[in-house]
Amino acid sequence: MSCSRMENKILGYVDGRLKESERLEVEKHLATCAACRLRVNEFRAVSSLLDELPVIEPSPAFDLRVHARVAALPVKQSWWAWFPAPRVAIAAAMLLLATVWVGTRPNPAPQIAQDDIPVLENLDVLSNFDVLTELPQPVQADDGGQANPQM
Amino acid sequence: MARSDVQLMLDVKAGDEQSFTLLLHRYRTPLVNFLYRMVRNREQAEDLAQEVFLRVYKAREDYVPSAKFTTWLFRIATNLALNSVRDTRYQRMEISLDAPVTVDAEEGDEKTLDVAEKNPNIEQHLVEETRKKMIRHAIEKLPEKQRAAVLLHKYQELDYGEISKILQCSESALKSLLFRAYETLRVELAPLVAQHGK
Repeated sequence: MSCSRMENKILGYVDGRLKESERLEVEKHLATCAACRLRVNEFRAVSSLLDELPVIEPSPAFDLRVHARVAALPVKQSWWAWFPAPRVAIAAAMLLLATVWVGTRPNPAPQIAQDDIPVLENLDVLSNFDVLTELPQPVQADDGGQANPQM
Repeated sequence: MARSDVQLMLDVKAGDEQSFTLLLHRYRTPLVNFLYRMVRNREQAEDLAQEVFLRVYKAREDYVPSAKFTTWLFRIATNLALNSVRDTRYQRMEISLDAPVTVDAEEGDEKTLDVAEKNPNIEQHLVEETRKKMIRHAIEKLPEKQRAAVLLHKYQELDYGEISKILQCSESALKSLLFRAYETLRVELAPLVAQHGK
């Protein structure tokens, strides 16, 4: 292995992330290359120095702030939300059906009593029959509705 | 037995708010640390970390476990951090050179060095703080993408495949990126590296 090919391997070697075959290849090169051995040692030193930085803890209010920001999110409504509640939907559907049923129902012919048929047939004659208008008005009887014997 | 990240996320998708809290507890510290080391400001890091969790929650209904949860999580975090760093780059350049010497404490607050501090090991304390400051500044000086690669590789211990997906580059490009970053750190930290070898 050449020194230039070590570039992609050296950090993996320092961190122990190389495959066994790659590790052996690197070690073979290091055995004969003082410059790369020095580089490996220096990279190990850098890696150790980076370990010296302490870990910081989030502030005590961190969780609260996250939860508050989550709670402040606008409630996302799906398109299902536009549909009314089932009871309202059923009531509306029944009302609609009833309206359609009533609207499409055939109009029943007016019922005419058999006794009225001759009257209706002579309606024109009767409406112009002046004699009928000259008849005296019926008198209400005091004897409980008995008809006038003079009539 | 603890549920996997993917299982927790699927439970969140199914409407289980408690699973979201578990994910929050599992990843709040790694996320805040990663973001803090990216943006160098604790308050901003916490804001960004909250934003990451918010985006995870908002995306719950569309979540499909096609990749590792950490890959998705840190991809969101990295994108937010890179945008934030780019936005504030010019603001940082305006910091006055006359500002007091500070130690950017890991506790988050910028503390002014107080030599009169009643510390029996003041000298050692100062040496340690200077050392940490050098390391932090060396990381900070890395180009953003190299910095993100180093932080994900070193502190989150993600594998090359995951990091390359997060940074949207090939594994080969990532290894090259990391090599260049470590080369820069080796030079920047040369005095400490030399001490380390002794």
